[in-house]
Amino acid sequence: MNRSTIDLWVGIFVAAGFAGLLFLALKVGNLASFSLTQTYYQVQAKFGNIGGLKVRAPVKSAGVLVGRVADIRFDNESYEAIVTMNIDTAYQFPRDTAAKILTSGILGEQYVGLEAGGDGVMLKNGDRLRLTQSAVVLENLISQFLFNKAAEGKEPAK
Amino acid sequence: MPIAALRARLERLGGTVTSHVWRLGFASRFLFYLVVHSGTALRRFRLTIAEVYFAGVLSLVIILVSGLFVGMVLALQGYETLQRFGASESLGVLVALSLVRELGPVVAGLLFASRAGSAITAEIGLMKATEQISAMEMMAVDPIARVVAPRFWGGVLSMPLLAALFSAMGIFGGYLIGVQLIGVDAGAFWSQMQAAVDWNKDILNGVIKSVVFGVAVTWIAVFEGYDATPTAEGVSRATTRTVVTSSLAILALDFILTALMFTGGNGK
Repeated sequence: MNRSTIDLWVGIFVAAGFAGLLFLALKVGNLASFSLTQTYYQVQAKFGNIGGLKVRAPVKSAGVLVGRVADIRFDNESYEAIVTMNIDTAYQFPRDTAAKILTSGILGEQYVGLEAGGDGVMLKNGDRLRLTQSAVVLENLISQFLFNKAAEGKEPAK
Repeated sequence: MPIAALRARLERLGGTVTSHVWRLGFASRFLFYLVVHSGTALRRFRLTIAEVYFAGVLSLVIILVSGLFVGMVLALQGYETLQRFGASESLGVLVALSLVRELGPVVAGLLFASRAGSAITAEIGLMKATEQISAMEMMAVDPIARVVAPRFWGGVLSMPLLAALFSAMGIFGGYLIGVQLIGVDAGAFWSQMQAAVDWNKDILNGVIKSVVFGVAVTWIAVFEGYDATPTAEGVSRATTRTVVTSSLAILALDFILTALMFTGGNGK
């Protein structure tokens, strides 16, 4: 095999290898959609219970992805969770926007849902959302349901 | 005499351990010498390119075909289990994560060890058996710089590219079976995959794994070849040892790397 043929094949091989890596990065890992160059502003929200929310979980409004959860910490004073969210600057929300922790589907992943309020002033970097609703904990829901059932069962005997 | 027999057994045990440790030390010194003297391989880069051809390009067919079939089998098996929970749209996530994190680097590494590693060992071992290596030393050419280093760097460069191609081909195979044959929704297949696969955590860690496996496999291959007993039997045994040792090394390293990479997240 002569030199130029080897060079050609090695060239094809290397190009194909990098093309494979690029395919993994763009098509599989979706690196392009949330790149480092994108600008965002940070808002915080306190929740009584975040359930299974994780860092990098989506922040959605009306079902559209508008940002991602950047950080989750525990507040030692109020004993609540502080969730920091990076929201794309393309999307502006009023100051009295409400944040809820929702679940996609019954067993799906948890995400933060934003519901816009009516205030004329928009949120800016470092603001805190006042209206929040914690994650629904299935165990609490079931026990509440059972207590209600038990209470209903007793009534006729009274 | 029971004491004498016990002593003989202990001596044999000690001898085995010492010779293994000595061999490991020799292999490490060999690697160090090889890296220090790889100036020729990098300056005369054509030598390394020829080895990329032998180790990488000639392994392409087996890597691509295996990747395609592994991806297709993953999709078939994954669909069977996922559809029981009504989560067949997560098929893309399952195929992509298992390929990018584990199967891509590991299976490509195992194939690379048996396809390219054994060839490197046999070639260097035969050069030694036919006294070509001694002839080079006679001509004041350093055989490690001229013969071993280009093969080492050729293998190290080829392995990550082969693993990436394996994963990409496997995901394509999963797409063929999952979307085209079974009929999972194409949008859900790709979008769930893109939401779940992370560049740093998954893809970059897979690439790091494949680089580590590439270094381990080619190191073992060139060392076994250079260290082979210069007879026909010695070369055949060295080739077998290359495949066995590097396969075990890949699996052991994979466990260590996975433990380091995927459990340090503090549950976040």
